[in-house]
Amino acid sequence: MTRAEQENIRRYVLRLGDNTLILGQQVSAWCGHAPVLEEDIALANVALDLIGQATNWLNYAAQLSSEETTADNLAFLRDEREFTNLLLTEQPDKSYAHSIMRQFLFDSWHYPMLKALMMSKDCVISEIATKSSKEVAYHLERSTELVISLGCGTDTSYGLMQDALNDLWRFTGELCEADALDNEILSIGIGPDLIEINNEFQSHIKEVFSLSTLTVPENTPMRLGGKSGIHSEAMGPILTTMQHLQRAYPGVSW
Amino acid sequence: MSKREWPLWEIFIRGQHGLAHRHVGSLHAPDAEMAMKNARDVYTRRNEGLSIWIVPSDAIVASSPAKKGPYFEPANTKAYRHPTFFNIPDEVGSM
Repeated sequence: MTRAEQENIRRYVLRLGDNTLILGQQVSAWCGHAPVLEEDIALANVALDLIGQATNWLNYAAQLSSEETTADNLAFLRDEREFTNLLLTEQPDKSYAHSIMRQFLFDSWHYPMLKALMMSKDCVISEIATKSSKEVAYHLERSTELVISLGCGTDTSYGLMQDALNDLWRFTGELCEADALDNEILSIGIGPDLIEINNEFQSHIKEVFSLSTLTVPENTPMRLGGKSGIHSEAMGPILTTMQHLQRAYPGVSW
Repeated sequence: MSKREWPLWEIFIRGQHGLAHRHVGSLHAPDAEMAMKNARDVYTRRNEGLSIWIVPSDAIVASSPAKKGPYFEPANTKAYRHPTFFNIPDEVGSM
């Protein structure tokens, strides 16, 4: 492996880690606040799965780094522009419907991504993907069923889910839009072809939205930028909360 | 207007192959499929289970606590019903 390849793999792994870290941080905010007790525990499980996955990805990114660093430093000491998570993952929990729709859209992309990454030539990536894919298969099953139930539920639940979809749809273009790094990673057999991931993503969400009577908004201009560190306004407050302790008390541990 | 609760379900988990499902508790869910997911999330997160059974709580017919006396107390004084009055030959080993 050349040094340039190693650097590309590090940046790619960092993206995977940032996605699960930021979404995990967001979902964890439901702990103690979910609409019903059972849902509270389920959401906390999802958040913990995602943060566990982030730990694995960021550990590997730290290992690949030419500088001395750790997963904790990557999570708690980087600034906003250095985070490369998808814009979708940082969108706020405006309502429970938003959180479920965000989870569903992310899971529908995340699962085929992990299935493909299991075939990665990089054996650490393929091992982390294999372990994560079992967790994410469950996340996808759960969020799929919730979207169908809430879409076909009452007028209120349908309305809230459709609003959430209208609001979040513009952040889905980025999921399967390949940039230079995605193409580089594909060419060396480390990561998947996003065109194939997009086919799987679109076919799953199409089926679920048809069952749930929800409609994808048309002619939506897609927002890009997360992968290159250009974030939406939601990102600042997330980092402020997540990094507060390490920023206020550098190096603190227990 | 009173808040309508989701129906209650009783959850049974089998810990290992060969053991029976044990009742672990109950939870609320709108339907059987969600009850299964909730059971997985609420009761198996510390690696407790290999199999889950769920039963609608109102499908369970339970004995009445008020009948404890006539139902169960008569058996208290009938120790002869336990098979503890036989001498087991040593050759049998532990049973």
